[in-house]
Amino acid sequence: MAFTQPALPFPKDALASSGMKEETFEYHYGKHHAAYVANLNKMVEGTELENMPLEEVIHTSFGDSSKTGIFNNAAQVWNHTFFWNCLSPKGGGAPSGELAAKIDAAFGSFDKFKEEFSAAAATQFGSGWAWLVEDSGTLKVTKTPNAENPLVHGQKPLLTLDVWEHAYYLDFQNARPAFIKNFLDNLVNWDFVAQNLAS
Amino acid sequence: MKTFLRHPITALLGVVLSAIVVACQPTQPVGSQSPTASPSPAVTTLPVAYPDRELSASPAQLPPLPYAANALNQAIDAQTMQIHHDRHHQTYVDNINDALKDQPNVQKLSVEAMLRDLNQVPEAIRQTVRNNAGGHLNHTIFWQIMAPNGGGQPTGAIAQEINQTFGSFEEFRKQFNAAGSDRFGSGWVWLVRNPQGQLQIVSTPNQDNPISDGSYPIMGNDVWEHAYYLRYQNQRAQYLNNWWNVVNWDEVNRRTQASQPR
Ligand SMILES: [Fe+2]
Ligand SMILES: [Fe+2]
Repeated sequence: MAFTQPALPFPKDALASSGMKEETFEYHYGKHHAAYVANLNKMVEGTELENMPLEEVIHTSFGDSSKTGIFNNAAQVWNHTFFWNCLSPKGGGAPSGELAAKIDAAFGSFDKFKEEFSAAAATQFGSGWAWLVEDSGTLKVTKTPNAENPLVHGQKPLLTLDVWEHAYYLDFQNARPAFIKNFLDNLVNWDFVAQNLAS
Repeated sequence: MKTFLRHPITALLGVVLSAIVVACQPTQPVGSQSPTASPSPAVTTLPVAYPDRELSASPAQLPPLPYAANALNQAIDAQTMQIHHDRHHQTYVDNINDALKDQPNVQKLSVEAMLRDLNQVPEAIRQTVRNNAGGHLNHTIFWQIMAPNGGGQPTGAIAQEINQTFGSFEEFRKQFNAAGSDRFGSGWVWLVRNPQGQLQIVSTPNQDNPISDGSYPIMGNDVWEHAYYLRYQNQRAQYLNNWWNVVNWDEVNRRTQASQPR
């Protein structure tokens, strides 16, 4: 059973009025994400990893220098699928309920959370990801280089932002901070984040 | 002849004592987000920013592009050149000046000296210096080794040495492009003179420069996505191919000469 690329949860042009062009998704979903899926399938074909759940491939290959390529592609498949779900044409605003309470408890306020998340996303040097995770019951902001993700650190991912340059270059060029602000103001799918917390 | 890509992290771990080479390892290891170890003492003490002088950090200054932004259109479009030079490189310059503003003793060092031995830099700003001094140095080299009338076959001493080391220019180009394609995430691909005096293709993550491994960077190509995304998007391999159309072999020859141990 080959790994497959889940459908994008919105049309490619659905975020055009909130800062992310259709062209961005043509490449990011249609080329980058698709290539990670294709590369992964090529690399695991005929091995015992072929029939594992994606998460298990990620865990098994992490830190194994003979499986660096497998880890990079498997984790990038997972990260991007998760990232698409963090975006919504009706996104932005503020979280509510238990999620909002946990954010306040961990960061002091929603604004403080946004500051901390923005700083993590802005300072991940080179390629990588910014995350909101649940770690031993508390919410934390983290950042990871390249393909690395919270799963390998035993944390539960709640929200992510791709800060590889390909994620924002067609829309924002070098202005990563503007991309981050636009994400928090207009795109975050807080319902998805709340579901992840509850799961 | 087979070349090896020495993994930068081996030097960081201080196990580079003899000839620990990792064959063609293309990607940086995961989990190396903020290495705290600094590179091993370098062999070369030569200037590498320019063939004849080091790069100052008191203050760091953005060098002008040595040609018009549209001059490298055979490989790189004008908008990419402008954003790359005027904003990305400028940001590395601004960040290094900002990080060193209360550090007169570090400012006195050349950028090369900082990167050769990051232990001279206070720990609190070490990673920032590594990233931004590296970014400043790498881009300063990059603009020089490209030219509007560049490209074609290599000439002079570098042509001979490439043939001796790699068999042919075609074979060298193939290996260089492969190393650039295999760099996962952001980084650079380089032709260096290694501490043993030989030509070698290496790739470095992010803004690390080969001098931190004791090698002299003769020529390098930027494979951060910002270097090619507006024109090539996900097609890094195409960018790597076209880049040879703008290589400034005269400058590469000057650097080859400057890289000789004295
Ligand atoms: Fe991405
Ligand atoms: Fe660059």
